Amino acid sequence: MVYRGPYKIRVEEKDVPRIEHPNDAIVRVTTASICGSDLHLYHGLMPDTRVGHTFGHEFIGVVDQVGPSVQNLQVGDRVMVPFNIYCGSCFFCARGLWSNCHNVNPNATAVGGIYGYSHTTGGYDGGQAEFVRVPFADVGPSKIPDWLSDEDAVLMTDALATGYFGAQLGDISQGDVVVVLGAGPVGLYAARSAWLMGAGRVIVVDHLDYRLEKARTFAYAETINFGEVDDVVVTLKRATDHLGADVVIDAVGAEADGNLTQHVTGAKLKLQGGSPVALNWAIDGARKGGTISVLGAYGPIFSAVKFGDAVNKGLTLRMNQAPVKRQWPRLLEHIRAGYLTPSDIVTHRIPLEHIAEGYHMFSAKLDGCIKTLVVTGDA
Amino acid sequence: MPYTPEKPPLPETPEQLRARIPGWGADLDPADRPSVPRERRDLDSGAHWHEPEQQPGGEDRERSIEHARLTPAFGTAQPLHGLSGAIRRYAYDRFSEGRAAHWLLLIAGDRVDAWESHLASFVSGRPDNPVTETGVLSERRRHGLSSRRDGKRVDVVHQSFDPVLVGGSWVVAGVVAVAAARTLVRRLR
Repeated sequence: MVYRGPYKIRVEEKDVPRIEHPNDAIVRVTTASICGSDLHLYHGLMPDTRVGHTFGHEFIGVVDQVGPSVQNLQVGDRVMVPFNIYCGSCFFCARGLWSNCHNVNPNATAVGGIYGYSHTTGGYDGGQAEFVRVPFADVGPSKIPDWLSDEDAVLMTDALATGYFGAQLGDISQGDVVVVLGAGPVGLYAARSAWLMGAGRVIVVDHLDYRLEKARTFAYAETINFGEVDDVVVTLKRATDHLGADVVIDAVGAEADGNLTQHVTGAKLKLQGGSPVALNWAIDGARKGGTISVLGAYGPIFSAVKFGDAVNKGLTLRMNQAPVKRQWPRLLEHIRAGYLTPSDIVTHRIPLEHIAEGYHMFSAKLDGCIKTLVVTGDA
Repeated sequence: MPYTPEKPPLPETPEQLRARIPGWGADLDPADRPSVPRERRDLDSGAHWHEPEQQPGGEDRERSIEHARLTPAFGTAQPLHGLSGAIRRYAYDRFSEGRAAHWLLLIAGDRVDAWESHLASFVSGRPDNPVTETGVLSERRRHGLSSRRDGKRVDVVHQSFDPVLVGGSWVVAGVVAVAAARTLVRRLR
């Protein structure tokens, strides 16, 4: 697929990517998925999104070519590729900050490399395609265990790892009350992961009934539809005996609804680096001394965040892009034990040729859409 | 209540939660959480180099002025071109990531790029098709009306005027720019 401008994409024939660095691999994509953060690109919210760009940072496939210095992969290997592009050896990678690599993104120092996520994250085409260039093939990709399905594997490349990471950022202690803002894929996984860390209650907030239903059945959570309450912060306070939540996880990001002015100025007119509604609800909904975990993606310019309240309440704000591969060994244990069932949230599977309709369906939240997989090729 | 020292009681005991929720408490010990602590020096990333080799061909590659050098690897997906490329290069060469001008110029470059590409598509063999490229046909196939009637979706409030907001703001900006240019030309005469 290629981007043709805000709200427009189409499928085009492009040249097969080539080895450009000795540690590159070329992967033939078998399954990709559309992420909520892809919508920020699709809506023209991410600076330096160029026409012709191929989106897609959640994908798995088969190694088709390897560069001369690649040691850990062979042609024909079935691999999952974390959305992070990283070198494994810079100052930040050497400290485990694999989502904050300094050696892969010349366009910005504040963000690492990401597949198919504009030139602000390095200018790499993504995996909603038949082939993709994978830099530092000895570092990012891993062979997929034989027992793991394609659908579970592709969800490990971002959404599941990010949700699980977000629960860790919350520093959850036994018995904590955890509020998750947003019942999209990442929010659902964060809610489910919060239980693994010993949460005493998990409350998910959204305005889409079908997603809240999934939060109850998949993530075993209590739910609040903010479209049905007058003031979601007061509702959260009442639900927590007026204390506030110990931990709030923002799994919404730049296009949050719930405040028309913030949504229009942030998500539509691009006068802010996104709509900060969820962040502000997190600040107001957390208890004093509580922790906020930010997973939502925001743009690089300023947003109208209620920072004063965060200071006055003594909140701890923790955030990052997930270092995906660090999560994988433990996630595989949880999947194998039946504690996590990633593909339970998949609602749609479409061929690459139908991807424009897939984006519109996901963007407009039609047909009960939660997670859409894009099946490419014949594998 | 927060007016007294006690934490409000939970509706379920740990035993009840463990019985109801698969894996409850499996990662209770922070030592089992893979991103705790955040920074670690003992992880094997797979890198077998101290510093990666430099990807060739980056002589003219744009980069943030906060970088001391071109990074060892970089994307080559859509090189700069045309007026949008000039705007983007100026944003990279002149302003750091800390300046709003950097990002606002990049967003302006994006809109110019879109219009350049739309116009170019009309002289190509495959003009842009707003019907297929917006995926709007999925409204019929994917239950557009009934999906929006379901529950109390708050986004329905703005979905009706989103196209006007998204497109209209650029029309207004264009009209203002043209008016400003005409005023400037008139004064210079």
